[in-house]
Amino acid sequence: MMQADLIVIGAGPAGAAAALAASEAGLLVVLLDEDASPGGQVYRAPPAGLSVAPDTRGADERAGDALREAVAASAVVWKGGARVWSISGAFRVDAVTAAGSESFTAPRLVAATGAHERLVPFPGWTTPGVIGLAAATILLKSQGMVPGRRTVVAGCGPLLAAVAAKIVAGGGAVAAIIDLSGPGDWLKALPAMASRPDLLRQGLGWALKLGAACVPVLFRHTVTAVSGGEACEAVTVAPVDAEGRPTGGRSRVFAADALAIGHGLVPGSEIPKLLRAEHRFEPEAGGWAPVRDAFGRCSVAGLYTVGDGAAVAGAEPARLSGRLAGLAAAQDAGRLPAHVSAREAGEARAALDKALVFAGAINRLMRARPAMVEEIAKDTVICRCEDVRRGEIEAAISAGAREINQLKHFTRCGMGPCQGRMCGETAATLLARHVGSREAAGYWTGRPPLRPVPLADLLGEFDYGDIPVPNPAPL
Amino acid sequence: MTALRIADGFRRGAAVTFDVDGVAVVGHRGETLAAALLAAGFARLRHSPRDFSPRGAYCFMGACQECVVQVGGVLRQSCQVPVEDGLVVGLKGSL
Ligand SMILES: Cc1cc2nc3c(=O)[nH]c(=O)nc-3n(C[C@H](O)[C@H](O)[C@H](O)COP(=O)(O)OP(=O)(O)OC[C@H]3O[C@@H](n4cnc5c(N)ncnc54)[C@H](O)[C@@H]3O)c2cc1C
Ligand code: FES
Repeated sequence: MMQADLIVIGAGPAGAAAALAASEAGLLVVLLDEDASPGGQVYRAPPAGLSVAPDTRGADERAGDALREAVAASAVVWKGGARVWSISGAFRVDAVTAAGSESFTAPRLVAATGAHERLVPFPGWTTPGVIGLAAATILLKSQGMVPGRRTVVAGCGPLLAAVAAKIVAGGGAVAAIIDLSGPGDWLKALPAMASRPDLLRQGLGWALKLGAACVPVLFRHTVTAVSGGEACEAVTVAPVDAEGRPTGGRSRVFAADALAIGHGLVPGSEIPKLLRAEHRFEPEAGGWAPVRDAFGRCSVAGLYTVGDGAAVAGAEPARLSGRLAGLAAAQDAGRLPAHVSAREAGEARAALDKALVFAGAINRLMRARPAMVEEIAKDTVICRCEDVRRGEIEAAISAGAREINQLKHFTRCGMGPCQGRMCGETAATLLARHVGSREAAGYWTGRPPLRPVPLADLLGEFDYGDIPVPNPAPL
Repeated sequence: MTALRIADGFRRGAAVTFDVDGVAVVGHRGETLAAALLAAGFARLRHSPRDFSPRGAYCFMGACQECVVQVGGVLRQSCQVPVEDGLVVGLKGSL
């Protein structure tokens, strides 16, 4: 077991910045990520074997390269390809790596595991070919692939334009962009977005590319159904109001073999939940978020949480919140004089406040729309793993399920191998309608394994004869 | 290269051949099994255990488990497994 001063889980912009700041202050830092190289979702590096030609590298690729170089040049102990599945005590971290199972311990831990996607179910959403909108960025950026021959891109927020533009640039066809927001919502976001001219320019670039490719954009529309048995064949869309509720207007059908769709991001705070840190329902952060101070310190001593895993805000806030936690960890460990830490933290704090203006505008576009959940049909599957439909959830609520973990025991919703990551938001929103609030509905209790791992990887090679079994007590 | 692989701007690794339910499929080093299967036309990777409804990769980030297939007889998330020569893949989940 390796002993460190600080363990950081997740090497996106948040975790990498935390690790670097703490390491510069002299802490022995271990940085773990299940990906082979640092970068996280936004700066994900193409895997070994695939490379992006230098002339087509964009701002994200360059930022990712800089991040990877900084980690490589630092004293941070980098553990790539390490899937963390258990955390216990204060703190023992178990990960499955190429070498088998490895354990690490440290008195301090930074959780920087990023976000996952929110998607409000509709008939046909489990059809092969329907993928997440953020998922599409992974295919496009780290696999050099378009999701289908002809893709409908749907949901909300800037990923719509980013994904559609990348598909077009990659030689794919986009059948249509289906945006929950209206032009007025985008106009409202514009002043705040102008605080990041570089990102605004990037967005306009996408819009121009899509305009040139004559991609139809349907504002204030949503996907109401996907048809096709073994694979996506057609996507039906219909107009909605500001809250995402169908207005009864004319629906349209697009032939497509892929649908990339996402309704925003939810903080993936499974580590703070597992360690029983206090949480608070923060709609503007994307959902249930760990209670944390300005440096990411949680209610559990020694635990810090940063980036989109704590509160969804995007890449730059993730980096800055990570830096703040790294500085705090070094100071809490008594390795960074308070005046140095205060000065550096002050700078990061000011930059973070500025970056959060942009993030706030984006988050409003990507906000949860509970009205969409209300509209889900009775026989639509909510829990993909266990095929639990809305009707069964409502029946369990009528039968007395009053809290989300009770609902899980009544229906198996959330009990499957995704551990409720895909259905949790929807199930809790449905329950909240009956119990009064999301706070009353609660959240799934965090449990190991954080990620499923094959038992063989944990056991490694062993012989039963090697297990020391004491002789039974004589009768 | 198939229709889904972006030709411009990416340099792919060497071709590798693996077996999918008895069919030889070609992928490229650096691709995940889920992506290589999608590019080869295998959108459906398994059926759900309760309803037996067809499923394919959905999150591509290791979170949803929809992409689980058998690799050498062991259940694996295909979006997390790099393609390699000689992999023996069964398009079925836990059923
Ligand atoms: C699928 C997806 C795609 C996205 N694409 C974009 C994009 O293209 N552009 C953009 O601006 N924003 C994108 N985002 C938004 C993104 O969340 C932020 O921009 C930014 O990446 C957040 O940084 P972070 O450091 O907080 O988390 P992330 O960058 O998400 O990093 C978290 C890291 O933690 C690792 N991790 C998680 N759990 C474990 C575990 N149990 N064991 C080991 N490692 C673990 C992950 O592998 C990941 O590398 C995407 C989000 C998602 C969910
Ligand atoms: S596609 Fe979700 S885990 Fe592989």
